[in-house]
Amino acid sequence: MNLTTALARFLIFPGLLFALPAAWFFLWVERKAVARMQGRFGPPFMQPFFDFIKLLGKSTPPRSGIGGLLMRAWPLIAVSAAAGAVGLLPVLPSSGGFEGDLILLLALLELPSMCIIAAGFSSRSIFGEIGSAREAALSVSYNVVFLLAIVSIAASQHTFRLEALAQMPASPLQILGILAILVCLPAKLHINPFSLPNAEQEIYSGPITEYAGPELAMWELSHGLEWVAATGLVATLAAPHLTTWWLAALVFVVLSFVVVFLLSAVAAATARLQIDTTVRFYWQCTLIFAVLAISSALFMRLRS
Amino acid sequence: MNLWNKLMCYSRRHSPWIFHMNSGSCNGCDIELVASLSPRYDAEQLGVRLEGSPRHADILCITGPVTHNSVEAIKTVYGQVCGPKAVVAIGSCPATTNVFIDSRTLDGPLNKHIAVDVFVPGCPPRPDAIIQGVARAAEILAARGNTAPAAAPPEVIPVKGAVNCEANCYVAAVAAHESASPTSSEVQK
Repeated sequence: MNLTTALARFLIFPGLLFALPAAWFFLWVERKAVARMQGRFGPPFMQPFFDFIKLLGKSTPPRSGIGGLLMRAWPLIAVSAAAGAVGLLPVLPSSGGFEGDLILLLALLELPSMCIIAAGFSSRSIFGEIGSAREAALSVSYNVVFLLAIVSIAASQHTFRLEALAQMPASPLQILGILAILVCLPAKLHINPFSLPNAEQEIYSGPITEYAGPELAMWELSHGLEWVAATGLVATLAAPHLTTWWLAALVFVVLSFVVVFLLSAVAAATARLQIDTTVRFYWQCTLIFAVLAISSALFMRLRS
Repeated sequence: MNLWNKLMCYSRRHSPWIFHMNSGSCNGCDIELVASLSPRYDAEQLGVRLEGSPRHADILCITGPVTHNSVEAIKTVYGQVCGPKAVVAIGSCPATTNVFIDSRTLDGPLNKHIAVDVFVPGCPPRPDAIIQGVARAAEILAARGNTAPAAAPPEVIPVKGAVNCEANCYVAAVAAHESASPTSSEVQK
Protein backbone atom coordinates (compact mmCIF):
# COMPACT_ATOMS: atom_id res chain seq x y z
CA MET A 1 0.00 0.00 0.00
CA ASN A 2 1.63 3.26 -1.04
CA LEU A 3 1.05 6.66 0.53
CA THR A 4 -1.61 7.81 -1.94
CA THR A 5 -3.90 4.82 -1.52
CA ALA A 6 -3.36 4.90 2.24
CA LEU A 7 -4.36 8.57 2.39
CA ALA A 8 -7.30 7.97 0.06
CA ARG A 9 -8.50 5.12 2.23
CA PHE A 10 -8.11 7.12 5.43
CA LEU A 11 -9.62 10.36 4.14
CA ILE A 12 -12.23 9.34 1.56
CA PHE A 13 -13.50 5.76 1.53
CA PRO A 14 -14.04 4.01 3.87
CA GLY A 15 -12.30 6.73 5.90
CA LEU A 16 -13.43 10.11 7.15
CA LEU A 17 -15.52 11.37 4.22
CA PHE A 18 -17.65 8.23 4.35
CA ALA A 19 -17.27 7.39 8.04
CA LEU A 20 -18.48 10.71 9.51
CA PRO A 21 -21.92 10.68 7.83
CA ALA A 22 -22.09 6.92 8.36
CA ALA A 23 -21.38 7.36 12.08
CA TRP A 24 -24.21 9.88 12.44
CA PHE A 25 -26.48 7.75 10.30
CA PHE A 26 -25.85 4.61 12.37
CA LEU A 27 -26.39 6.53 15.62
CA TRP A 28 -29.70 7.73 14.19
CA VAL A 29 -30.65 4.22 13.02
CA GLU A 30 -29.99 2.87 16.49
CA ARG A 31 -32.07 5.54 18.24
CA LYS A 32 -34.83 5.40 15.64
CA ALA A 33 -35.04 1.60 15.66
CA VAL A 34 -35.23 1.49 19.46
CA ALA A 35 -37.89 4.23 19.42
CA ARG A 36 -40.00 2.46 16.78
CA MET A 37 -39.80 -0.81 18.69
CA GLN A 38 -40.96 1.00 21.84
CA GLY A 39 -43.93 2.43 19.94
CA ARG A 40 -42.47 5.93 19.70
CA PHE A 41 -41.80 8.02 16.64
CA GLY A 42 -38.14 8.67 17.40
CA PRO A 43 -35.68 11.45 16.58
CA PRO A 44 -35.55 13.20 13.19
CA PHE A 45 -33.03 12.07 10.58
CA MET A 46 -30.40 14.74 11.22
CA GLN A 47 -30.57 14.45 15.02
CA PRO A 48 -27.03 13.10 15.76
CA PHE A 49 -25.59 15.79 13.47
CA PHE A 50 -27.49 18.55 15.27
CA ASP A 51 -26.40 17.13 18.62
CA PHE A 52 -22.79 17.18 17.45
CA ILE A 53 -22.94 20.78 16.18
CA LYS A 54 -24.73 21.95 19.31
CA LEU A 55 -22.15 20.32 21.57
CA LEU A 56 -19.35 22.01 19.61
CA GLY A 57 -20.90 25.37 20.50
CA LYS A 58 -21.10 24.77 24.24
CA SER A 59 -18.55 25.89 26.77
CA THR A 60 -16.45 23.50 28.83
CA PRO A 61 -15.69 23.81 32.52
CA PRO A 62 -12.20 25.14 33.23
CA ARG A 63 -9.67 22.35 33.65
CA SER A 64 -6.14 22.88 34.86
CA GLY A 65 -2.97 20.89 35.24
CA ILE A 66 -1.95 17.62 33.70
CA GLY A 67 -5.31 16.03 34.61
CA GLY A 68 -7.15 18.65 32.58
CA LEU A 69 -4.80 18.16 29.66
CA LEU A 70 -5.38 14.40 29.77
CA MET A 71 -9.15 14.89 29.95
CA ARG A 72 -8.98 16.96 26.77
CA ALA A 73 -6.68 14.45 25.06
CA TRP A 74 -8.61 11.19 25.63
CA PRO A 75 -11.61 11.93 23.38
CA LEU A 76 -9.30 13.10 20.57
CA ILE A 77 -7.23 9.91 20.78
CA ALA A 78 -10.42 7.84 20.78
CA VAL A 79 -11.78 9.59 17.68
CA SER A 80 -8.54 9.25 15.74
CA ALA A 81 -8.19 5.58 16.68
CA ALA A 82 -11.75 4.79 15.62
CA ALA A 83 -11.35 6.75 12.36
CA GLY A 84 -8.11 4.89 11.65
CA ALA A 85 -9.84 1.57 12.28
CA VAL A 86 -12.54 2.46 9.75
CA GLY A 87 -9.88 3.49 7.24
CA LEU A 88 -8.20 0.09 7.50
CA LEU A 89 -11.28 -1.91 6.52
CA PRO A 90 -10.71 -3.67 3.17
CA VAL A 91 -13.99 -2.64 1.55
CA LEU A 92 -12.97 -2.11 -2.04
CA PRO A 93 -11.46 -4.98 -4.04
CA SER A 94 -7.66 -4.81 -4.47
CA SER A 95 -7.52 -1.82 -2.17
CA GLY A 96 -4.09 -2.68 -0.86
CA GLY A 97 -3.27 -3.28 2.73
CA PHE A 98 -0.19 -4.79 4.30
CA GLU A 99 0.82 -7.93 6.14
CA GLY A 100 -0.40 -7.69 9.73
CA ASP A 101 -2.98 -4.94 9.29
CA LEU A 102 -5.49 -7.13 11.14
CA ILE A 103 -3.42 -6.71 14.30
CA LEU A 104 -3.36 -2.93 13.80
CA LEU A 105 -7.12 -2.92 13.27
CA LEU A 106 -7.72 -4.88 16.48
CA ALA A 107 -5.47 -2.50 18.41
CA LEU A 108 -7.26 0.55 16.99
CA LEU A 109 -10.66 -0.98 17.78
CA GLU A 110 -9.54 -1.51 21.36
CA LEU A 111 -8.09 1.97 21.84
CA PRO A 112 -11.41 3.88 22.28
CA SER A 113 -12.47 1.67 25.17
CA MET A 114 -9.00 2.08 26.74
CA CYS A 115 -9.46 5.85 26.37
CA ILE A 116 -12.88 5.65 28.03
CA ILE A 117 -11.40 3.75 30.98
CA ALA A 118 -8.60 6.28 31.33
CA ALA A 119 -11.03 9.19 30.89
CA GLY A 120 -13.27 7.95 33.70
CA PHE A 121 -10.35 7.72 36.09
CA SER A 122 -8.82 11.05 35.08
CA SER A 123 -12.16 12.85 35.53
CA ARG A 124 -11.94 11.92 39.25
CA SER A 125 -15.69 11.66 39.56
CA ILE A 126 -17.01 8.74 41.58
CA PHE A 127 -19.46 7.84 38.80
CA GLY A 128 -16.68 8.00 36.24
CA GLU A 129 -14.53 5.69 38.30
CA ILE A 130 -17.29 3.14 38.77
CA GLY A 131 -18.05 3.30 35.05
CA SER A 132 -14.39 2.82 34.18
CA ALA A 133 -14.09 -0.17 36.50
CA ARG A 134 -17.15 -1.71 34.86
CA GLU A 135 -15.79 -1.00 31.39
CA ALA A 136 -12.49 -2.64 32.33
CA ALA A 137 -14.24 -5.75 33.67
CA LEU A 138 -16.42 -5.90 30.56
CA SER A 139 -13.42 -5.46 28.28
CA VAL A 140 -11.57 -8.34 29.93
CA SER A 141 -14.63 -10.57 29.43
CA TYR A 142 -15.63 -9.96 25.81
CA ASN A 143 -12.17 -9.44 24.39
CA VAL A 144 -11.17 -13.05 25.04
CA VAL A 145 -14.01 -14.28 22.86
CA PHE A 146 -13.60 -11.46 20.31
CA LEU A 147 -9.88 -12.00 19.83
CA LEU A 148 -10.11 -15.81 19.79
CA ALA A 149 -12.80 -15.64 17.10
CA ILE A 150 -10.75 -13.32 14.88
CA VAL A 151 -7.54 -15.24 15.47
CA SER A 152 -9.25 -18.49 14.53
CA ILE A 153 -10.43 -16.99 11.23
CA ALA A 154 -6.93 -15.65 10.60
CA ALA A 155 -5.27 -18.93 11.56
CA SER A 156 -7.42 -20.90 9.14
CA GLN A 157 -6.21 -18.63 6.32
CA HIS A 158 -2.54 -18.57 7.44
CA THR A 159 -2.47 -14.76 7.30
CA PHE A 160 -2.97 -11.59 9.29
CA ARG A 161 -3.75 -9.64 6.14
CA LEU A 162 -7.29 -8.22 6.16
CA GLU A 163 -7.78 -8.35 2.41
CA ALA A 164 -7.04 -12.07 2.31
CA LEU A 165 -9.54 -12.64 5.11
CA ALA A 166 -12.18 -10.57 3.32
CA GLN A 167 -11.75 -12.65 0.17
CA MET A 168 -11.86 -16.06 1.84
CA PRO A 169 -14.66 -18.39 0.69
CA ALA A 170 -17.54 -19.02 3.09
CA SER A 171 -16.96 -21.90 5.48
CA PRO A 172 -18.54 -23.20 8.70
CA LEU A 173 -15.54 -21.89 10.59
CA GLN A 174 -16.05 -18.39 9.22
CA ILE A 175 -19.74 -18.44 10.18
CA LEU A 176 -18.83 -19.59 13.69
CA GLY A 177 -16.25 -16.82 13.98
CA ILE A 178 -18.66 -14.14 12.74
CA LEU A 179 -21.31 -15.35 15.21
CA ALA A 180 -18.81 -15.09 18.07
CA ILE A 181 -17.86 -11.56 16.96
CA LEU A 182 -21.56 -10.60 16.74
CA VAL A 183 -22.12 -11.78 20.32
CA CYS A 184 -19.30 -9.50 21.46
CA LEU A 185 -20.48 -6.37 19.62
CA PRO A 186 -23.21 -5.26 22.10
CA ALA A 187 -20.58 -5.21 24.84
CA LYS A 188 -18.07 -3.43 22.63
CA LEU A 189 -20.62 -0.76 21.69
CA HIS A 190 -22.09 -0.43 25.22
CA ILE A 191 -25.66 -1.14 24.22
CA ASN A 192 -28.25 -3.25 26.03
CA PRO A 193 -27.98 -5.86 27.52
CA PHE A 194 -24.34 -4.91 28.23
CA SER A 195 -24.72 -1.14 28.68
CA LEU A 196 -23.05 -1.33 32.08
CA PRO A 197 -20.36 1.36 31.75
CA ASN A 198 -22.88 4.07 30.84
CA ALA A 199 -25.86 2.79 32.82
CA GLU A 200 -27.66 6.11 33.14
CA GLN A 201 -30.12 5.05 35.83
CA GLU A 202 -27.30 3.87 38.09
CA ILE A 203 -24.15 5.87 37.50
CA TYR A 204 -25.36 8.82 35.35
CA SER A 205 -23.18 8.63 32.25
CA GLY A 206 -20.35 6.55 33.66
CA PRO A 207 -16.86 7.54 32.50
CA ILE A 208 -18.07 10.55 30.51
CA THR A 209 -20.14 12.10 33.31
CA GLU A 210 -17.76 15.05 33.71
CA TYR A 211 -17.36 15.78 30.01
CA ALA A 212 -19.13 18.70 28.36
CA GLY A 213 -19.29 20.62 25.12
CA PRO A 214 -16.78 19.80 22.34
CA GLU A 215 -15.18 17.00 24.39
CA LEU A 216 -18.54 15.29 24.73
CA ALA A 217 -19.10 15.83 20.99
CA MET A 218 -15.85 13.94 20.36
CA TRP A 219 -17.03 11.08 22.58
CA GLU A 220 -20.31 10.89 20.65
CA LEU A 221 -18.37 10.91 17.39
CA SER A 222 -15.97 8.21 18.54
CA HIS A 223 -18.95 6.10 19.59
CA GLY A 224 -20.46 6.53 16.12
CA LEU A 225 -17.15 5.67 14.45
CA GLU A 226 -16.86 2.59 16.65
CA TRP A 227 -20.27 1.57 15.31
CA VAL A 228 -19.02 1.97 11.75
CA ALA A 229 -15.75 0.13 12.42
CA ALA A 230 -17.24 -2.78 14.39
CA THR A 231 -20.18 -3.40 12.07
CA GLY A 232 -17.89 -2.82 9.10
CA LEU A 233 -15.53 -5.53 10.33
CA VAL A 234 -18.42 -8.00 10.41
CA ALA A 235 -19.60 -6.76 7.00
CA THR A 236 -16.20 -7.21 5.36
CA LEU A 237 -15.80 -10.70 6.82
CA ALA A 238 -19.31 -11.74 5.80
CA ALA A 239 -19.43 -10.08 2.38
CA PRO A 240 -18.95 -12.27 -0.69
CA HIS A 241 -15.89 -11.54 -2.79
CA LEU A 242 -16.83 -9.00 -5.49
CA THR A 243 -14.63 -7.45 -8.14
CA THR A 244 -16.80 -4.46 -9.06
CA TRP A 245 -15.88 -1.63 -6.70
CA TRP A 246 -19.28 0.05 -6.49
CA LEU A 247 -21.03 -3.27 -5.86
CA ALA A 248 -18.52 -4.08 -3.11
CA ALA A 249 -19.14 -0.69 -1.50
CA LEU A 250 -22.90 -1.14 -1.75
CA VAL A 251 -22.79 -4.63 -0.22
CA PHE A 252 -20.60 -3.27 2.58
CA VAL A 253 -23.04 -0.47 3.40
CA VAL A 254 -26.10 -2.75 3.25
CA LEU A 255 -24.49 -5.44 5.42
CA SER A 256 -23.36 -2.83 7.97
CA PHE A 257 -26.89 -1.46 8.09
CA VAL A 258 -28.31 -4.94 8.67
CA VAL A 259 -25.89 -5.52 11.55
CA VAL A 260 -26.75 -2.13 13.09
CA PHE A 261 -30.45 -2.92 12.80
CA LEU A 262 -29.94 -6.36 14.38
CA LEU A 263 -27.99 -4.90 17.29
CA SER A 264 -30.62 -2.18 17.81
CA ALA A 265 -33.33 -4.85 17.92
CA VAL A 266 -31.35 -6.72 20.57
CA ALA A 267 -30.87 -3.47 22.50
CA ALA A 268 -34.58 -2.65 22.39
CA ALA A 269 -35.65 -6.16 23.36
CA THR A 270 -33.38 -6.66 26.37
CA ALA A 271 -32.77 -5.10 29.75
CA ARG A 272 -29.41 -4.41 31.31
CA LEU A 273 -27.65 -7.36 32.96
CA GLN A 274 -25.65 -7.12 36.13
CA ILE A 275 -21.88 -7.03 35.88
CA ASP A 276 -21.38 -10.51 37.37
CA THR A 277 -24.02 -11.98 35.04
CA THR A 278 -22.30 -10.32 32.09
CA VAL A 279 -18.87 -11.61 33.00
CA ARG A 280 -20.30 -15.08 33.58
CA PHE A 281 -22.12 -14.91 30.23
CA TYR A 282 -18.92 -14.24 28.32
CA TRP A 283 -16.65 -16.59 30.27
CA GLN A 284 -19.08 -19.49 30.55
CA CYS A 285 -21.52 -19.33 27.65
CA THR A 286 -19.79 -17.75 24.68
CA LEU A 287 -16.25 -18.88 25.30
CA ILE A 288 -17.33 -22.26 23.96
CA PHE A 289 -17.90 -20.67 20.51
CA ALA A 290 -14.43 -19.22 20.51
CA VAL A 291 -12.73 -22.38 21.76
CA LEU A 292 -14.61 -24.39 19.15
CA ALA A 293 -13.58 -21.96 16.44
CA ILE A 294 -9.92 -21.86 17.37
CA SER A 295 -9.64 -25.60 17.88
CA SER A 296 -11.21 -26.32 14.50
CA ALA A 297 -8.89 -23.75 12.93
CA LEU A 298 -5.87 -25.46 14.45
CA PHE A 299 -7.19 -28.84 13.41
CA MET A 300 -7.64 -27.64 9.82
CA ARG A 301 -4.10 -26.27 9.88
CA LEU A 302 -2.66 -29.56 11.09
CA ARG A 303 -4.57 -31.48 8.47
CA SER A 304 -3.56 -29.28 5.55
CA MET B 1 -25.06 36.23 10.87
CA ASN B 2 -22.87 33.83 8.97
CA LEU B 3 -23.62 30.25 8.00
CA TRP B 4 -21.96 28.65 11.01
CA ASN B 5 -23.98 30.76 13.44
CA LYS B 6 -27.18 29.91 11.59
CA LEU B 7 -26.36 26.21 11.77
CA MET B 8 -25.55 26.56 15.47
CA CYS B 9 -28.87 28.29 16.17
CA TYR B 10 -30.74 25.64 14.25
CA SER B 11 -28.91 22.84 16.09
CA ARG B 12 -29.58 24.40 19.47
CA ARG B 13 -33.25 24.65 18.68
CA HIS B 14 -33.39 21.02 17.58
CA SER B 15 -31.29 19.37 20.23
CA PRO B 16 -32.40 20.34 23.75
CA TRP B 17 -30.87 17.96 26.26
CA ILE B 18 -32.53 18.31 29.62
CA PHE B 19 -31.43 17.66 33.16
CA HIS B 20 -34.17 17.07 35.68
CA MET B 21 -33.81 18.36 39.21
CA ASN B 22 -36.20 17.97 42.11
CA SER B 23 -36.17 20.74 44.72
CA GLY B 24 -38.62 19.21 47.16
CA SER B 25 -41.40 18.39 44.74
CA CYS B 26 -44.27 16.05 45.59
CA ASN B 27 -43.21 13.92 42.57
CA GLY B 28 -46.31 14.87 40.58
CA CYS B 29 -44.38 17.03 38.12
CA ASP B 30 -41.52 14.52 38.00
CA ILE B 31 -43.91 11.81 36.90
CA GLU B 32 -45.34 14.12 34.22
CA LEU B 33 -41.83 15.01 33.02
CA VAL B 34 -41.01 11.32 32.59
CA ALA B 35 -44.40 10.81 30.92
CA SER B 36 -43.47 13.43 28.34
CA LEU B 37 -40.64 11.12 27.22
CA SER B 38 -42.87 8.05 27.10
CA PRO B 39 -44.36 6.58 23.89
CA ARG B 40 -47.58 8.58 24.22
CA TYR B 41 -45.94 12.02 24.09
CA ASP B 42 -42.44 11.12 22.80
CA ALA B 43 -40.41 14.30 23.32
CA GLU B 44 -37.51 12.68 21.46
CA GLN B 45 -39.22 13.77 18.24
CA LEU B 46 -37.97 17.27 19.09
CA GLY B 47 -34.51 15.94 19.90
CA VAL B 48 -35.10 16.04 23.66
CA ARG B 49 -32.85 13.71 25.59
CA LEU B 50 -32.98 13.25 29.36
CA GLU B 51 -29.35 13.36 30.47
CA GLY B 52 -27.94 11.88 33.64
CA SER B 53 -25.24 14.50 34.10
CA PRO B 54 -25.82 18.28 34.33
CA ARG B 55 -22.57 18.73 32.39
CA HIS B 56 -24.26 17.31 29.28
CA ALA B 57 -27.48 19.31 29.56
CA ASP B 58 -28.63 22.53 27.93
CA ILE B 59 -31.87 22.97 29.79
CA LEU B 60 -32.30 22.60 33.53
CA CYS B 61 -35.83 21.46 34.42
CA ILE B 62 -36.58 22.19 38.06
CA THR B 63 -39.65 20.96 39.89
CA GLY B 64 -40.70 21.64 43.47
CA PRO B 65 -41.14 24.68 45.74
CA VAL B 66 -37.40 25.07 46.61
CA THR B 67 -36.83 23.92 50.16
CA HIS B 68 -34.03 25.38 52.31
CA ASN B 69 -32.04 22.19 51.91
CA SER B 70 -32.16 22.27 48.12
CA VAL B 71 -31.02 25.88 47.56
CA GLU B 72 -27.32 25.13 47.60
CA ALA B 73 -27.85 22.06 45.42
CA ILE B 74 -29.77 24.13 42.87
CA LYS B 75 -27.01 26.73 42.71
CA THR B 76 -24.34 24.02 42.38
CA VAL B 77 -26.16 22.20 39.62
CA TYR B 78 -26.94 25.47 37.82
CA GLY B 79 -23.23 26.23 37.88
CA GLN B 80 -22.41 22.76 36.58
CA VAL B 81 -24.58 23.14 33.47
CA CYS B 82 -22.31 24.51 30.78
CA GLY B 83 -23.41 27.55 28.81
CA PRO B 84 -25.43 28.47 26.87
CA LYS B 85 -28.16 27.21 29.17
CA ALA B 86 -31.77 27.82 30.04
CA VAL B 87 -33.94 27.04 33.04
CA VAL B 88 -37.48 25.70 32.87
CA ALA B 89 -39.53 25.79 36.07
CA ILE B 90 -42.05 22.96 35.90
CA GLY B 91 -45.26 23.21 37.90
CA SER B 92 -46.80 25.90 40.03
CA CYS B 93 -44.44 25.23 42.95
CA PRO B 94 -41.22 26.77 41.60
CA ALA B 95 -43.21 29.72 40.22
CA THR B 96 -45.22 30.66 43.31
CA THR B 97 -44.51 27.97 45.96
CA ASN B 98 -48.16 27.03 45.34
CA VAL B 99 -50.04 25.68 48.39
CA PHE B 100 -46.85 25.64 50.45
CA ILE B 101 -46.65 29.43 50.45
CA ASP B 102 -45.36 30.94 53.72
CA SER B 103 -44.02 27.59 54.88
CA ARG B 104 -40.97 28.00 57.09
CA THR B 105 -39.19 25.13 55.36
CA LEU B 106 -39.21 26.90 52.00
CA ASP B 107 -36.95 29.44 50.40
CA GLY B 108 -38.91 29.83 47.16
CA PRO B 109 -39.93 30.79 44.59
CA LEU B 110 -37.18 29.60 42.29
CA ASN B 111 -36.31 32.88 40.62
CA LYS B 112 -35.09 34.28 43.94
CA HIS B 113 -32.02 32.12 43.33
CA ILE B 114 -31.48 31.61 39.62
CA ALA B 115 -32.78 33.27 36.45
CA VAL B 116 -35.72 31.28 35.12
CA ASP B 117 -36.48 31.44 31.39
CA VAL B 118 -39.76 29.56 31.08
CA PHE B 119 -42.48 28.80 33.58
CA VAL B 120 -44.76 25.83 32.94
CA PRO B 121 -47.57 26.30 35.47
CA GLY B 122 -49.96 23.57 36.51
CA CYS B 123 -50.30 21.23 39.43
CA PRO B 124 -49.01 19.12 37.77
CA PRO B 125 -48.73 20.51 34.22
CA ARG B 126 -49.69 18.22 31.38
CA PRO B 127 -46.81 16.49 29.54
CA ASP B 128 -47.59 18.40 26.34
CA ALA B 129 -47.26 21.67 28.26
CA ILE B 130 -43.86 20.50 29.55
CA ILE B 131 -42.76 19.64 26.02
CA GLN B 132 -43.94 23.04 24.84
CA GLY B 133 -41.96 24.68 27.65
CA VAL B 134 -38.80 22.79 26.76
CA ALA B 135 -39.23 23.64 23.08
CA ARG B 136 -39.70 27.32 23.99
CA ALA B 137 -36.55 27.19 26.13
CA ALA B 138 -34.66 25.71 23.18
CA GLU B 139 -35.84 28.61 21.02
CA ILE B 140 -34.68 31.05 23.69
CA LEU B 141 -31.29 29.30 23.74
CA ALA B 142 -30.98 29.57 19.98
CA ALA B 143 -31.88 33.25 20.02
CA ARG B 144 -29.62 34.07 22.94
CA GLY B 145 -26.43 32.54 21.58
CA ASN B 146 -23.39 32.81 23.78
CA THR B 147 -24.48 35.94 25.61
CA ALA B 148 -25.53 35.80 29.25
CA PRO B 149 -29.23 35.40 30.14
CA ALA B 150 -31.03 38.63 29.37
CA ALA B 151 -33.16 40.41 31.94
CA ALA B 152 -36.35 39.86 29.96
CA PRO B 153 -39.38 38.67 31.94
CA PRO B 154 -39.77 34.89 31.80
CA GLU B 155 -42.16 33.15 29.46
CA VAL B 156 -45.22 31.35 30.73
CA ILE B 157 -46.63 28.42 28.83
CA PRO B 158 -50.43 28.76 28.87
CA VAL B 159 -52.27 25.73 30.13
CA LYS B 160 -55.45 24.58 28.47
CA GLY B 161 -58.19 23.80 30.95
CA ALA B 162 -56.47 25.18 34.03
CA VAL B 163 -58.72 27.68 35.80
CA ASN B 164 -56.97 30.98 36.59
CA CYS B 165 -53.74 29.13 37.21
CA GLU B 166 -52.12 30.71 34.22
CA ALA B 167 -52.90 34.28 35.17
CA ASN B 168 -51.94 33.82 38.82
CA CYS B 169 -48.69 32.14 37.97
CA TYR B 170 -47.80 34.77 35.45
CA VAL B 171 -48.43 37.66 37.84
CA ALA B 172 -46.52 35.99 40.65
CA ALA B 173 -43.66 35.03 38.39
CA VAL B 174 -43.24 38.48 36.91
CA ALA B 175 -43.48 40.11 40.34
CA ALA B 176 -40.88 37.79 41.79
CA HIS B 177 -38.66 38.29 38.77
CA GLU B 178 -38.75 42.04 39.13
CA SER B 179 -38.07 41.99 42.85
CA ALA B 180 -35.11 39.63 42.92
CA SER B 181 -33.45 38.12 39.91
CA PRO B 182 -29.74 37.52 40.31
CA THR B 183 -27.57 37.56 37.23
CA SER B 184 -26.18 34.24 36.18
CA SER B 185 -22.59 35.31 36.87
CA GLU B 186 -23.34 35.55 40.58
CA VAL B 187 -24.35 31.95 40.94
CA GLN B 188 -22.03 30.48 38.36
CA LYS B 189 -19.21 28.54 39.90
